[in-house]
Amino acid sequence: MRTSFKYGVAVAALAVMFVSAASATPLRIARSGDSLTMDPHSQNEGPTHNMNHQIYEPLVRRAANGDLIPTLATSWTILASDPKVWEIKLRPNVKFHDGGAFTADDVVFSLKRAMAPTSDHKGLLTAVDDIVKVDDTTVHIKTKGPSPLLIQNLTNLFMMSKAWSEKNNVLVPQNFVAKEETFAVRNTNGTGAFMLVSREPDVKTVMKRNDNYWGKGTYPVEVSELTFSVIKSAPTRVAALLSGEVDFVQDMPVQDIARVSTTQGLRVNSGPENRSIFLGMNTGDKELKFSDVKGKNPFAELKVRQAMNMALDREAIKKVVMADQSIPSNTIAPPFVNGYKKEMDAIPPRDVNRAKALLAEAGYPSGFAITLHCPNDRYLNDEKICQAVVGMLGQIGIKVTLDARSKSIHFPEIQKLQTDFYLLGWGVPTYDSDYIFTFLYHTLTGQFGGFNGTRFSNADIDTKIKALSSETDLAKRNKSIADIWGVLQPYLNYIAIHNQVNAWGMKASLDVKVHPDNTIYVKEFKFAK
Amino acid sequence: MLAFIVQRLLQAVLVMLGVALVAFSMFRFVGDPVNNMMGQEATIQERREAAERLGLNKPVPVQFALFVKDTASGNFGVSYRQGRKVSTLLIERLPATLELAAISAILALAFGIGLGVYTAINRFGLGARLIMAGSLIGVSLPTFLIGIGLIYLFAVELRWLPSFGRGQVVKIGWWSTGLLTESGRKSLILPAITLGLFQMTLIMRLVRSEMLEVLRTDYIKFARARGVSDRMINFSHALKNTLVPVITITGLQLGSIIAFAIITETVFQWPGVGLLFIDAVQFVDIPVMSTYLLLVALVFVTINLAVDLLYYAVDPRLRVDRSAAAH
Repeated sequence: MRTSFKYGVAVAALAVMFVSAASATPLRIARSGDSLTMDPHSQNEGPTHNMNHQIYEPLVRRAANGDLIPTLATSWTILASDPKVWEIKLRPNVKFHDGGAFTADDVVFSLKRAMAPTSDHKGLLTAVDDIVKVDDTTVHIKTKGPSPLLIQNLTNLFMMSKAWSEKNNVLVPQNFVAKEETFAVRNTNGTGAFMLVSREPDVKTVMKRNDNYWGKGTYPVEVSELTFSVIKSAPTRVAALLSGEVDFVQDMPVQDIARVSTTQGLRVNSGPENRSIFLGMNTGDKELKFSDVKGKNPFAELKVRQAMNMALDREAIKKVVMADQSIPSNTIAPPFVNGYKKEMDAIPPRDVNRAKALLAEAGYPSGFAITLHCPNDRYLNDEKICQAVVGMLGQIGIKVTLDARSKSIHFPEIQKLQTDFYLLGWGVPTYDSDYIFTFLYHTLTGQFGGFNGTRFSNADIDTKIKALSSETDLAKRNKSIADIWGVLQPYLNYIAIHNQVNAWGMKASLDVKVHPDNTIYVKEFKFAK
Repeated sequence: MLAFIVQRLLQAVLVMLGVALVAFSMFRFVGDPVNNMMGQEATIQERREAAERLGLNKPVPVQFALFVKDTASGNFGVSYRQGRKVSTLLIERLPATLELAAISAILALAFGIGLGVYTAINRFGLGARLIMAGSLIGVSLPTFLIGIGLIYLFAVELRWLPSFGRGQVVKIGWWSTGLLTESGRKSLILPAITLGLFQMTLIMRLVRSEMLEVLRTDYIKFARARGVSDRMINFSHALKNTLVPVITITGLQLGSIIAFAIITETVFQWPGVGLLFIDAVQFVDIPVMSTYLLLVALVFVTINLAVDLLYYAVDPRLRVDRSAAAH
């Protein structure tokens, strides 16, 4: 009698153990930068989106191969009857974490909130005129002119609950001149696979699985507790992975990849990022501020730019500076982007003698001196890349002085046209060449060309660029894009170096493919058995 | 005595104003906060409007005057990076730094004085020589390297101690402490050693040289001749007389531990005010930077005042002098 009772208890205990072991799967992630806020519309930047994607969801999101995945929207079409209206059908039976139902009212509210003056996402919605609820699962987005690619801009635009926002007085995203923080900065109510448990900014954010998640059948959602830790110092981050204190490091320092991938129980996955690293040159001014040439601008000569392009040894940079973590390129459009063609990326063979000859033909037989401005805290090994460039250009007679500084100083100087020669990286969240043209090639005005530090200005190209956003015939549009690249690519006001490669370190039981946007979707993680 | 304290407090205000002025004039060179606050898609127009809203286009003296006015009324502004009140941020992070500084100061004092006395008394012993040679490591290795080395040894290889963070903390009112939990105590060990190693070496060498100096004096010889025990001589007479310079140095060092534990906090991801400051500098989070620098000035001023008052307690001669001068 007693033994069978003990036996029964033992079986029950084992059963409980199995059940709880299967459902209690923690995942600890470490990253160098924290999300700036939990308010989904107040900051438009990578680490913030990365964390918000676990709690909140957009209408559509990007797969690793670039496809659009229906998330809170199940379909999106332009009305045949009115090309200025997008009809979005919403997913039914979705609940927010507080139990409230997700309906068209929330979509209208969220998109309007993202267009508020204090939102950092309003630049993505400038084409939108109004958003109208048709019924509980249908929304019409009315645009000012035909906007065939508006849906591309919605991949990081999160849906919030109107009722929750009204209750907690967070109708607009945080205004950073405000005296207080708003409720949404540290509290959330989303539809995503994880719910916020606690948030200590710059330290740790803890989430737990949402057991009522609509996607439970579609996605594995194996992780039951998710902890995001911030570890700023690169060696400490790697040490935490090696010692088993974290399971996933989203930004592996390049020099530690070899060490971690050969460690038992860990693996490193690499994948190309949708981000190009390149040099920009001032081709517009009559005389350069930072060169020793008086009265003329060496960068204005195509042959000089071609010579510089020929002098760069991208393979050496890849091997020595980036430890093989880069994909050499010849165009500033990453391969994921609509409009990219392999021919654009054909790198001219490195030829120092031919480069010197070109320089002499252009009127600079003994080269010239110039200052290169470079950030030192933004891109993978950015300062080291610049140091390599200095050496390579020195070989053809161009004496480069390197000025490496923080991105807080570097980027404003590019925008204010205070540099002649600079390193820049550019990611393309909309996966379309239009984005590159608008910010990097269009003439600098109040609305366009914000990062065009090359002073490149071509009125004809400007018109073509502006026409792209309203061209509904996709074949015609792609032809126009190809034409524009046909002019811009050989002009070489930008010299592409490479596309960045991201490396993620993780436990060997995980095998997460690197997403080109450097975003993780933890609901997709599966542990090998 | 009271006059002395009042005089020092007035000096403190002047020092803090001076620090604020210097800090403000440097902020122009740190970069543009608007660039960090807005995504890459923000237009030039929007950036100009944001700069206008934040008051960044006003001339520097005007910004400074506004800052002094706000600070004097207790309004330290809102962090550009996190959107939260600076005062909340500082209060949240201060306990971490203060606790770390206190523990490392205690370690540094205990081991510093202890080892200093030992190496002074047993001057020519093997143990003393080994300690002196080893102490050179503490002085010459940079904090960063010591921290990484300790992490590598104790966290990665031996897996005895955590490599980052504060572990579990218990909140008591506005204070958060790691001393009440095991993970909290374990997390304190490596950062405290890293932070305290330099101070410990400094104190040890100082105490040793002062003790050797004092042990040579006449009154010690007479005490020995009188038959006073070694213990009484070493601790009651010699050590007390070495304490004045030690207090000065420790005071200054304590100030710099609190203010500049930045490197240790960065290596161990210790959520204190030092790490907050470094994040603020990289983001050009001006409200946090300016408030932090004022806080640091206040810390130094307070510690120096405490140190001066301690002199009175420790050195009877100063007490006598003052009252003698009053005649």
